Amino acid sequence: MFETLRLSDLGEGESAYVKEVSARPGMDRRLTDLGLVPGTRVTCVLKSPAGDPRAYWIRGALIALRGSDAGGVRVERRLETVPAGVAVL
Amino acid sequence: MSVERPRIALAGNPNVGKSTLFNALTGLRQHTGNWAGKTVATAKGEYRWRGVDYELIDLPGTYSLAAHSEEERVARDYIESGRAEVVVVVCDATCLERSLILVLQVLEFTGRVVVCVNLMDEAARLGVEVDVTALSDRLGVPVVAAAAGDGIGLDDLRCAIEKLVKGEGEPAPAPERAPEQRVSLAERYARQVLRGQEESRLRRQRRLDRLLTSKSTGIPIMLLLLGAVVWLTVAGANLPSALLTKLFASIGTWLEGLLAGAPAWLSGLLLDGVWRVTAWVVAVMLPPMAIFFPLFTLLEDLGYLPRVAFVLDHAFQKARTCGKQALCMCMSLGCNACGVTGCRIIDSPRERLIAILTSSLVPCNGKFPTLIALITLFFVGGRSGLLPSIEGAALLLGVLVLGVAGTLACSRFLSATVLKGMPSSFALELPPFRKPRVGQVLVRSVLDRTLFVLGRAVTVAAPAGAVIWLTANITVGDATILAHCTGFLDPFARLFGLDGVILMAFLLGWPANEIVLPVMLMAYLATGSLVEFDNLAALGQLLTQHGWTWLTAACTMLFSLFHWPCSTTCLTIYKETGSLKWTAAAVALPTALGLGLCLALNCAAHLLGVA
Repeated sequence: MFETLRLSDLGEGESAYVKEVSARPGMDRRLTDLGLVPGTRVTCVLKSPAGDPRAYWIRGALIALRGSDAGGVRVERRLETVPAGVAVL
Repeated sequence: MSVERPRIALAGNPNVGKSTLFNALTGLRQHTGNWAGKTVATAKGEYRWRGVDYELIDLPGTYSLAAHSEEERVARDYIESGRAEVVVVVCDATCLERSLILVLQVLEFTGRVVVCVNLMDEAARLGVEVDVTALSDRLGVPVVAAAAGDGIGLDDLRCAIEKLVKGEGEPAPAPERAPEQRVSLAERYARQVLRGQEESRLRRQRRLDRLLTSKSTGIPIMLLLLGAVVWLTVAGANLPSALLTKLFASIGTWLEGLLAGAPAWLSGLLLDGVWRVTAWVVAVMLPPMAIFFPLFTLLEDLGYLPRVAFVLDHAFQKARTCGKQALCMCMSLGCNACGVTGCRIIDSPRERLIAILTSSLVPCNGKFPTLIALITLFFVGGRSGLLPSIEGAALLLGVLVLGVAGTLACSRFLSATVLKGMPSSFALELPPFRKPRVGQVLVRSVLDRTLFVLGRAVTVAAPAGAVIWLTANITVGDATILAHCTGFLDPFARLFGLDGVILMAFLLGWPANEIVLPVMLMAYLATGSLVEFDNLAALGQLLTQHGWTWLTAACTMLFSLFHWPCSTTCLTIYKETGSLKWTAAAVALPTALGLGLCLALNCAAHLLGVA
């Protein structure tokens, strides 16, 4: 079971794995610098009051991204591999 | 290689405690705080270890050396140039994996590296341990564990540096890797050297985060916290201010005795001009600053400021600017000039310029005394006590919110006109909450910020006092220079709900906003000198006698909030932009906004018949 969606579509508490980073030029490199490369596990941890930006847990750090930037990251949810308890993070 | 004075560079991700480590090693006091991007320029210092002097260079924090931003360029150029004999890469033990990405990248430039895993104490609180020996084996360079805030691991680090400096041979740099390879290698190393579980502690952090940023609680808590800081400042400053005024009054009497034999003009200039204005500035400025700065620094140390930026980001997105502008705005609250310098954290030149141009729209600490006095006199009815102080704080909070609204509106306006464009990309790190080091915060904020800002205010207040006294005492024709000026400005100022004296006071107050109120008093009293007021009521009476109504007070507050930046801020803007044109724009923008709002309020009040 696979489901591909944009990083910005992840709801609070949901996790997924990065499939492809194709953000705006400049931003894609910056996301790579933060460790956001294909295969990385990301969790959407916080939503700001307006719902955008959101904060994501990326390799041990909490990083806030605007929807326009997170939208350029395709993520893949392997539904059966995400254990139930992890979403609390 | 020369060991005369070895140069050591500190590199690392933003917010890993690099500046704290730098301060701990050198004994210097660079500003630190729990948010990414404080070190906006390279700082230099030195330390002595076993008879050798070392020069230490604190490079700006970066996530990579790819040279996408100014900080990255600075850091990369320095490391690439080989000017440093040893590069210390500082890692965050609580976020080791990400730190290691940068370590691996630095190792591709030079082999003369010491890795310092900092914040070990915080990691321990999170239940995480780092096996530094195992990490050293894998990286092939010395690794030192440290908790710079408590001075732990500093000697180990100094020893490791010494060994590398004295050591023979040139360790070779690692072969270059693709970014993805670096990331996966960092992931593997981190997995191999980290022990422990951080989940329960993280869950607590997440709960606090959710409380501070969620839809229902984020904004109310932000307003409550800011309101509490403002209230403590307003309520707490009264007593010390009164005591200082009394103290200065008795010193004034003593000085008077000292100058008894001097000619009248000299004692007038020194005593009524220089001394009284300076004493006023200290008495009204020191107590609020000594309360505000430590409180603010506590919030900063805790890690709350990035959360403010996170909560407010949507509004800045709407204004088509960078979300980090909220951080600059917070800095401006203390001192506009600091806010302008802080704008360096914004990468996009367009967005940085917008942040600089709007930096003086939030009131700095120097405007607080005037605002507090006018609120107390005209809107809380001059009463004192718990309830009025809360009312006063709420109104001051309202003024602050108005300043934020002005910042957003002007940013949007600039984005749509002279600085057209869409918001650029950015990633904002929300660091883990840290338990603030209360003692350190108190000492730092009082010594570094309060005394620094106060010192600057006093250095301009003293000569300004002399100038004001001269304009108020030199008579040309039938009136003093000051009276001529205020008379000339009066018809113009009336249009905006002000009067000539108020406008003149703002003009003369250009060197420092703190002296605006004293200048007004000097001009109203026409005695050519500042008379001390033991209580606010006398001040209120004087203003009412000169035709002040609630409308005058409201317009004065509006104009105090939105008018030209002080001289220090103007100079800083010029330094940062390198352009007279943009400096002029930074003066014109708030002035136009202030005059416009005053005109609108004045007209509306008269039309509605409530003036």
